[in-house]
Amino acid sequence: MNFLEIIFRPASFDVIVQLAIMVLKVVVVVGVIMLHVTYATYFERKSIGHMQVRLGPMRTGPHGLLQPIADFVKLFFKEDIIPAAADKPIFYMAPVISIFAGMSSLAVIPFFNGFVIANINIGLLFVLAMSSLGAYGIVMAGWSSNSKYSFLGGLRSSAQVISYEIALGLSLVGVMMMAGSLNMTEIVKAQLAYPTGMFLFPQILGFFVFMVAAFAETNRTPFDLPEAESELVAGYFVEYSGMRFALFYVAEYIGMIVMSLIAITCFLGGWDGPFQIPYVPFAWVFIKLYILIFLFYWIRATVPRFRYDHLMSFGWKILIPLALFNVVLTGLLKTLNVI
Amino acid sequence: MNEILFGYLSFAILALSIAAITRKNPVHAVLLMIVMFFHLATMYLALGAEFLAAVQIMVYAGAIMVLFLFVVLVLNIREEEKGERFASGWPLGISLAAGLLILILIITDKVLTGRQGQFTQAVILQETHTKAIGKLLYTQYVFPFEVASLILLVAIVGAIVLAKKRLG
Repeated sequence: MNFLEIIFRPASFDVIVQLAIMVLKVVVVVGVIMLHVTYATYFERKSIGHMQVRLGPMRTGPHGLLQPIADFVKLFFKEDIIPAAADKPIFYMAPVISIFAGMSSLAVIPFFNGFVIANINIGLLFVLAMSSLGAYGIVMAGWSSNSKYSFLGGLRSSAQVISYEIALGLSLVGVMMMAGSLNMTEIVKAQLAYPTGMFLFPQILGFFVFMVAAFAETNRTPFDLPEAESELVAGYFVEYSGMRFALFYVAEYIGMIVMSLIAITCFLGGWDGPFQIPYVPFAWVFIKLYILIFLFYWIRATVPRFRYDHLMSFGWKILIPLALFNVVLTGLLKTLNVI
Repeated sequence: MNEILFGYLSFAILALSIAAITRKNPVHAVLLMIVMFFHLATMYLALGAEFLAAVQIMVYAGAIMVLFLFVVLVLNIREEEKGERFASGWPLGISLAAGLLILILIITDKVLTGRQGQFTQAVILQETHTKAIGKLLYTQYVFPFEVASLILLVAIVGAIVLAKKRLG
């Protein structure tokens, strides 16, 4: 049997079509998210600028609209400097791992009914596993650069991520209990069947813990100690330049977008909204995404950085007990048939 | 297809484990170990044990991170790289391991396959792996499960007590 016959047998033809559809979905999702990352930087500089009574970028294009593209071109052509005493294989791998962990979480997010790259039964666990992998990028970068500042940044980050990951996982347990599933699509469908249309109202405590832990996981202000510029220059990526630096930068924004998308899927009713928007089934996911991303910027412009011991005691003594209390409360209310 | 995947995974797990124990630099060894655990998780996935695969990554990613911190805080990597590759007792260790391997090879064809339980591949697919494990753990095996968690609790409390004493 020749090669063409194998390809055009109905069974294998089906497999090829499925593969092609999956590849197409991956290309679309990655393309759209990368576009969002590019303009998320612009949106951040503009919104923080206006909050501080500045204009933000204005020079490149009308109202600075071409600024992210100019930044990208600049980073792309910059010299790639690697410290002489760096541990080279690990130094090369670190930014790739950071970006891989963020990107692969996108695979389980449902953008609208029926559109998800991998509809797996352990969706939520997969996301948690990938977020714990993300810490490796930071720690490896910090260690392999062979510099005091990067190393301190990497150590701070590992302690922070390990502590807040527990709260992050526990805050989602309430959602798992209410939905009775770990599949992201099933979780959204369970919310649509629920009277309020979202789990935000019975799970308000879980949502609060999740958002605080998400800020810590993505190293955003007020939890940006790993990259505190006034103490550590830039933290774990001090020694990175050019494209490798850009990869870390992109990974941070992807992390933010992924955390927002998880919050939308688990607490805010996914692709559903107060009214239907015709022809654009994914509209509500993106509207909610912009609101949550704006929340990240808003808090960055408002709240000063935590002190390190405050950060640790807040995570262990407040967030984790709160998340545990939420689990007990959800179980109690569920057995009493209140929710 | 499954055979190719299994062949690749078992080869990669063996190769990565050997690579991990032969590195002089402990950080490299620790990082190779996490790659090995990822392959192990993929193997669980190929066997239909999706919950186990996810938990494997979540638990070991955290555990190896702590190991990494131990390496960085306790060992001097420049000194480690100058020293011998293996501890002095390695011939004894290798002969013990070889003896164990021979024993395993002898008994492999005498192992009895267990009784077929109620959980076939089809049942697990229908009920989802997580639910199946959860139900069993909280009904049939609730006593061993609670004993295991009690032991872990004792270990946690013990660790805290030991650390407190040292602080004085």
